[in-house]
Amino acid sequence: MKLSELNKGDHAIITNIGNDEALKGRLFSFGITKGAAISIEACSLGRQTVEILADDTLIGLRMSEAQKIEVEMQIDEKMLEEKK
Amino acid sequence: MDTIKVVLAGQPNVGKSMLINTMSGSNSLKVGNFSGVTVEKTEVSFHHDSHTLEMVDLPGTYSIGGFTQEEKVAHNYLLNEEYDVIVNVLDSTHLQRNLLLTLELLKLNKKMVLALNMADELKKEGLEIDVKQIEAIVGVPVVLVSANSGEGVEELLHAIHESFDSKRRRSSNIVYSEVFEEEIFELSSFLEAKGFKLRDLSSREIALRILLEDKHLYEEIHTHPIMIELQPRIVAALEHIYTHHETKNMVDIKANEYIAIARGIRMETVKSKKKKELKNRTQKIDAILLNKFIGIPIFLFMMWGLFQLTFEIGSIPMEWIDAAIGAYGDWIGSLIPHDATRSLVVDGIIAGVGAVLLFLPNIIILYIGITLLETTGYMSRVAFLLDGFFHKFGLHGKSFIPLVTGFGCSVPAYMSTRTLKSEKDRLITLFIIGFMSCGAKMPVYVLFVGVFFSPQEAGNILFLIYIAGAFLGLIMAKALRLFVFKGEAEPFVMEMPKYRMPSFSLVWHTVYNKARSYLKKAGTFILAASMLIWFASTYPQQPLFESEFSAKIEAAGDNAVLVKSLENELKLKKLENSYLGQIGKATEPIFEPLGFDWRMTVALETGLAAKEVVVSTLGVLYAIGDEVDEGTVSLQEQLRANISFASAMAFIVFVMIYLPCLAASMVFAKEAGGYKYLAYLFVFTTLTAWILSFITYRVLV
Repeated sequence: MKLSELNKGDHAIITNIGNDEALKGRLFSFGITKGAAISIEACSLGRQTVEILADDTLIGLRMSEAQKIEVEMQIDEKMLEEKK
Repeated sequence: MDTIKVVLAGQPNVGKSMLINTMSGSNSLKVGNFSGVTVEKTEVSFHHDSHTLEMVDLPGTYSIGGFTQEEKVAHNYLLNEEYDVIVNVLDSTHLQRNLLLTLELLKLNKKMVLALNMADELKKEGLEIDVKQIEAIVGVPVVLVSANSGEGVEELLHAIHESFDSKRRRSSNIVYSEVFEEEIFELSSFLEAKGFKLRDLSSREIALRILLEDKHLYEEIHTHPIMIELQPRIVAALEHIYTHHETKNMVDIKANEYIAIARGIRMETVKSKKKKELKNRTQKIDAILLNKFIGIPIFLFMMWGLFQLTFEIGSIPMEWIDAAIGAYGDWIGSLIPHDATRSLVVDGIIAGVGAVLLFLPNIIILYIGITLLETTGYMSRVAFLLDGFFHKFGLHGKSFIPLVTGFGCSVPAYMSTRTLKSEKDRLITLFIIGFMSCGAKMPVYVLFVGVFFSPQEAGNILFLIYIAGAFLGLIMAKALRLFVFKGEAEPFVMEMPKYRMPSFSLVWHTVYNKARSYLKKAGTFILAASMLIWFASTYPQQPLFESEFSAKIEAAGDNAVLVKSLENELKLKKLENSYLGQIGKATEPIFEPLGFDWRMTVALETGLAAKEVVVSTLGVLYAIGDEVDEGTVSLQEQLRANISFASAMAFIVFVMIYLPCLAASMVFAKEAGGYKYLAYLFVFTTLTAWILSFITYRVLV
């Protein structure tokens, strides 16, 4: 699934960043590569931009960039507990 | 005395500029809490321990292989300039990410000291760093400092001295992934067996560079006979690495290795005493300020509040300053017997400079507001909130930072466009910064708004002027994107820094420096311009008129009213025939459709030098052309009597849009990449200003 499909509060692991070298370089400089754990902190009105938390750093991303990033959603432990 | 040349390098927003301020005790550098405050390198020098320390503050860079203009500045400096020691400043609360740059810097093989900044925040977050352990791993001295509290600054200075005096740096003990280490071992044992030497690099370092495909190293060894035997070994080693990393892209492999090393160092050296809270303060604040629904209203409210404060509170000391300047002028005037000199001092210098000084309180309040936005970290959030909106107008979220800076002064605003990576984003932003009315335009607005609106409305009107300018800028941006600068936009990936309480000293020094440069401008540039305008409005003398009128005045005799009106008529005649009057009259036809008289025309023309001069010109012109009645002395009342509402509004519109001041225009030409862009800007802004002023005037009249 794509990073752009996640909602506020979701946790995920990045599985692929795609081929945009500029984007890849930018994310690397924040310490983000394949395998990084992220969570969604905020979405702006109309889902134009999304704020993610990765390795204690908050990063703002545009949705068109988020669409290029593949993620694997992590199931929230809390939600599981609530289900129980 | 020895001079040590020190370069400060680090990621954005780690407190490099503030650290230099603390080390040198000077406060000349600008400090802010958003990425990209230092856009050009800044130098400071001071004495310490019988050495002169020359500090160069490089712009913050996430990596030195980057593409933005500021990353290029840093990269070129580090690679090509002469210097003694690199001080790599790190945010110790974000060690892992900051170490990525450190790893790149280590490759430069220079003397280096790591300054782990923000020691005070580290404590607050309940973290502990094993400094000795990091030192052992990276092989360079490491000091824990806090630019905020001054803690560790002496130790850092000593470490710089020691590093400078030391012959060679210790070797690092950085461990790469298993597969890498295996291949490094293979290659380096081969190099050692062959007795191969290159510069002062160890076999391990050579092997590592070969594996990381260091272009420079390959250039050096490719003609060497050892290459024949080395080549098959390199190919095999790389194949091995590719299979492990599941990619052949060396950039990705390097990224993965570096991140793994940085993570390893952090895990080994950072201990958390406190159990991590589920949500930290920054995230809690973000939940409100970045809220989908109330985020933008909060932002608009804050901006509105800022302009209200600027006008409401600013107007209190304004009255005092106005009264003080008036009294001062009268007092000085009574001391000078010579007519022409008195006129120069009172009507020229004091009227001109005084008109500018009057607005110091407003400017201070505006700057306090902008500085607070910068230092708390809110500015980046605004970029986040507005990117979607800005993107629709062909701008980038990051354009917000130069645009808001533009409300203060266009000069730093033009310079801060360098954070934009794409050339087209940059040019569009440069072209519309002028639409964000700078601090120097505010006196014009405050003056005219004060004259034509009630005090209750004034704050709102002022806000409306600024908003209208900003919207116009956005529309222009869209037009430029559609018709002139077509093409791909830059990806929006931006750090949202931690919220920080602004320190009082930081805000004070920033605002103090801004206010000082405003006053300095008033004391030099505006002073000279005022004298020039006074001269041009007083000369050439008109002996013909004077004798004609003095005869008439004598004939009028005791009729005081008639004498008064004759005297005023004379003043007006003299002014109209002065150099300034002639220029104004000559160009009046161009501005006549906008409802401007020749005095307003002259004010606009002198305003090309600096926007403050618009007000001082009006001050001088209306002080001399005292044609209404003796009782009204203030410029505001003069304007009310002489200018219609429609022309005043058209005047505001024109000032809002036309070419920025001389200094800003020069910086614009430099940043945009040539004077031809300045010519475009002149045509673009003047035409827009004329057309919109014309519409305003015709609608209102």
